[in-house]
Amino acid sequence: MCGIAGVIHRDGTADIGAELTAMLQSMKHRGPDSTGYAVYGPADDLVVIRFVLAEPNKSAGIGMAERLERNRAEVESRLAKIGAEVATVTSETGYAFRATIRYGGDLKALADYLEDVPGCEVLSLGSSLEIIKDLGDASTVSDQYNLGSFRGTHGIGHVRMATESEVDLASAHPYWAYPFADVAVVHNGQLTNYHQWRRRLEQHGHRFQSECDSEIIAVYLAEYMSRGLTLETSMKHSLDDLDGVFTYVCVTGNQLGVAKDEMAAKPLVLFESEPLVAVATEEVAIRSLVKREVETRDPYEREVLVWQV
Amino acid sequence: MAGVGSRSGVSYDARGLVEPTADMPDNVEVEGGRARFDAADLTIRQINMALRKLIYDDGITDVTILNPASKHSLAVGILKRCRIHFEGSPGWFACGLIDGPEVTINGRVGWSVAENMMSGVVMIERSAGSLTGAAIRGGDLIVKGDVGARTGIDQKGGTIIVLGDVGINTGFMMQRGRQIICGNAGMNLGDSMYDGEIYVAGTVASLGVDCVPGDWTDADTELIERKFRIHGLGDPPEFQKFVCGKVLHNYDQLEPSERKLVIH
Repeated sequence: MCGIAGVIHRDGTADIGAELTAMLQSMKHRGPDSTGYAVYGPADDLVVIRFVLAEPNKSAGIGMAERLERNRAEVESRLAKIGAEVATVTSETGYAFRATIRYGGDLKALADYLEDVPGCEVLSLGSSLEIIKDLGDASTVSDQYNLGSFRGTHGIGHVRMATESEVDLASAHPYWAYPFADVAVVHNGQLTNYHQWRRRLEQHGHRFQSECDSEIIAVYLAEYMSRGLTLETSMKHSLDDLDGVFTYVCVTGNQLGVAKDEMAAKPLVLFESEPLVAVATEEVAIRSLVKREVETRDPYEREVLVWQV
Repeated sequence: MAGVGSRSGVSYDARGLVEPTADMPDNVEVEGGRARFDAADLTIRQINMALRKLIYDDGITDVTILNPASKHSLAVGILKRCRIHFEGSPGWFACGLIDGPEVTINGRVGWSVAENMMSGVVMIERSAGSLTGAAIRGGDLIVKGDVGARTGIDQKGGTIIVLGDVGINTGFMMQRGRQIICGNAGMNLGDSMYDGEIYVAGTVASLGVDCVPGDWTDADTELIERKFRIHGLGDPPEFQKFVCGKVLHNYDQLEPSERKLVIH
């Protein structure tokens, strides 16, 4: 099950937080357990970090507030130690944080250093990517993180029906392609050669935040792109290398791409106009965004499509 | 129509996915045995409630539903002769399990339209998603645009006509009935089919297991011309015919123990 959605505005910024929320909320029946967003705001010279210090359902209890505050201070201390100049650190929840920093060093070293703090998990790193995910449906998460006012050019989202893993943040989509900046993926399906690819990518020095097969896709694509391949070429490679039934959407700092496996077993519907491209598991999500009859289509098997801001 | 409350037996819904109550919509216009209502602000449950009341309780035989807005599971299980027109695009599972209605849809439909249809006609002016006409047993299903993958999977009867292209695994495990594809077909056409006929006017990416070219007969010409004439589809193009090779499954009436004796 699960539902995925993506929007890209090719003519400038829009209220993508509100747009994705409407799309994801219309697919609540596909997964009410958790909801996640990967959204791209205007890029500047600051690095944006989204990180959590505890799972939402383990963030309360005796001494927890003090522990979260202590670990937050430790994160800020480590940012300073590694040479980052902290501009802002904010939190809507007490356990999930957004920091902006000036930093020109190695992002992998930064992420690893921060994740050494107890309970810390870096959800995203980049110049414009922000991954926000939490338990509950889209409206709940949007209200919690004030996503209704988020403006940007493109983004993706995911509603999760927990099947093979827990209802927690670690299992919630989207996945950031650690340690590559500004790359994220949402996925609907199952990869049947997950362990094989996880071992291969781990041998190349990558680590994974979760046991979820979707994270493989993000890291796989970023690994190929880091070798100089385009997003489109990397996605085409993935159709040969990844086994199973899947439809996924990948976003980078200026692109959004979709891919369907050779069995076309997982749904995706596409609406394309000159300024706006929207993709979703079901038409009802497109209609929640475009309030009129529009021409949509299902991409066919082995189809890879990429759009640019 | 007066607003009448309705309750189901659902009283607990931990995930907030169920619509336990629904009020009968009060925007239905009835005139001269015909009815129409705007579904834009109605829930799935309300739309189906109104449709069923009109057809079954009020004896209306011609209903137009405006602005279905891709909502799922509309007009499912209607077992009566009537006309239903969708002015717009329904979502997934539209018109499943119907027996008798003539449905026209001037938009697009999502996955699994007319699944398990038993009789009647469903005419779609634009494209359709995957699993179009899955397991239909009878009736005519016409899509004027393209359709997704697995069209007519497990088809047990009836006729599916697609004026555009079809995706992978079209006619997978079909058991009976006909598919008339005017565009191109994706990979594995007719894979593991038991019986039935598939006609394709365009190219076929590949044939599935035990799907083979069939001999063209006058009955094939008569069937296609008749279907195109009945549904006003113009002149049919030239088709290739594909059938089951009858080597994959067992088609004799022998018990497994008897088969061993015969084969060996």
